[in-house]
Amino acid sequence: MERVPVLKIGDILLVSIQIDMSDQTAVTLQEDLAERIVATGCHGVIIDITALDIVDSFVGRMLSTIASISKVLDAETVVVGMRPAVAITLVELGLSLNGIRTALNVERGMELIAATRDDDLGYDDTPGDVESATAATSP
Amino acid sequence: MALTADGGNRLVELLTGHGERVVQRWTEVVAASLRGRLSLAELRLQVQELHASMINAGGAGLADLQVPAAGELRAVLADLSRSRARQSFTATETAVSIYALKDVLVELAETDGAELSLRDVVDFTGLVDRMGLLTFETYVQTREGLIADQAEQLLELSTPVVKIWDGVVAVPLVGTLDSARAQVVMERLLQTLVDTGSPYAIIDITGVPAVDTQVAQHILKTVVAARLMGADCIISGIRPQIAQTIVALGIEFGDIATKASLADALRHVLRLTGVEASRRHPRREA
Repeated sequence: MERVPVLKIGDILLVSIQIDMSDQTAVTLQEDLAERIVATGCHGVIIDITALDIVDSFVGRMLSTIASISKVLDAETVVVGMRPAVAITLVELGLSLNGIRTALNVERGMELIAATRDDDLGYDDTPGDVESATAATSP
Repeated sequence: MALTADGGNRLVELLTGHGERVVQRWTEVVAASLRGRLSLAELRLQVQELHASMINAGGAGLADLQVPAAGELRAVLADLSRSRARQSFTATETAVSIYALKDVLVELAETDGAELSLRDVVDFTGLVDRMGLLTFETYVQTREGLIADQAEQLLELSTPVVKIWDGVVAVPLVGTLDSARAQVVMERLLQTLVDTGSPYAIIDITGVPAVDTQVAQHILKTVVAARLMGADCIISGIRPQIAQTIVALGIEFGDIATKASLADALRHVLRLTGVEASRRHPRREA
């Protein structure tokens, strides 16, 4: 049976979907991903759908489920690389990927996750940030 | 009443017998109607071609313009009509080139004593009418082709996507936004977002004369599609009247940022990216 590989890059898990998803592969992917998040302690999941020509309600629901599972395990999910044609079709069908964050490519996705982690963890540092920022701007 | 093959043969005989005179008179009548917009030599060539192809079609071909024998005649008529349409002659001026043959035939009957029964004259004019209709069809087809080509060119010309800053692209929309154009704009904008990796897009509607629910729908769809791909859209260039129309129609832009001018939109985007940069900058040093 085909499996979707889950790659660990730094603090992020990268899932690149390059095959047609069936019920079984979707379930396997969800299980694999949940296990890997727990095993690695990663706080970000990037799902790359550049290779997907078709995103229907099934794939949409799978993405939502993965996002929810990751959320419970304290990992941020970003879907990246959606093709223009896919986005247009989704809009025309009235499907919206609720609760899923998106980015144009993997690089932007990693930036987005890094920025979110900074925001989440950074409230202790914020006064320091403001001070150093004002220090930098004052002559 | 349709022309019979016999009648067709009599017409061919007539055209062959008085060949030179028919071509001469036909050219004169057409030239008078076109008022010197085509040279006499050119016209004469066209008329000669028509004349020859009618003779070649033979009695059977003239009786029914759809048979293979009339193929050459149909092609010559279509050619003539196409060239007239391209040179922006009116439909009347095009058709007169064919209908002139009626005058010539009647003249022949009157002055040269060609033996023509009333039946023949009626049948001949019927044939000329059908030839005229054929040119009409080609004329309209050619014109429609021209219009379609121009519409396509307009579509190409009027929807540029320009990069105005690192990671910011803008689409200055000019002209009425119908479904076809909205589709082109959407596709091109989304493709540019992917190609340039820009996370921000500004849709400027300064050049859109009116915004109704349909236009708003198209714009909203574009924005939602861009969001699905991970890019943010800002709508700018909303004129006062258009703002009033939007409110009066009850169009909801939701949480989509709208700005009065392109400059405001750019400033908004720069502030968004600038805040991120200034927040992260000290952290890297630390």
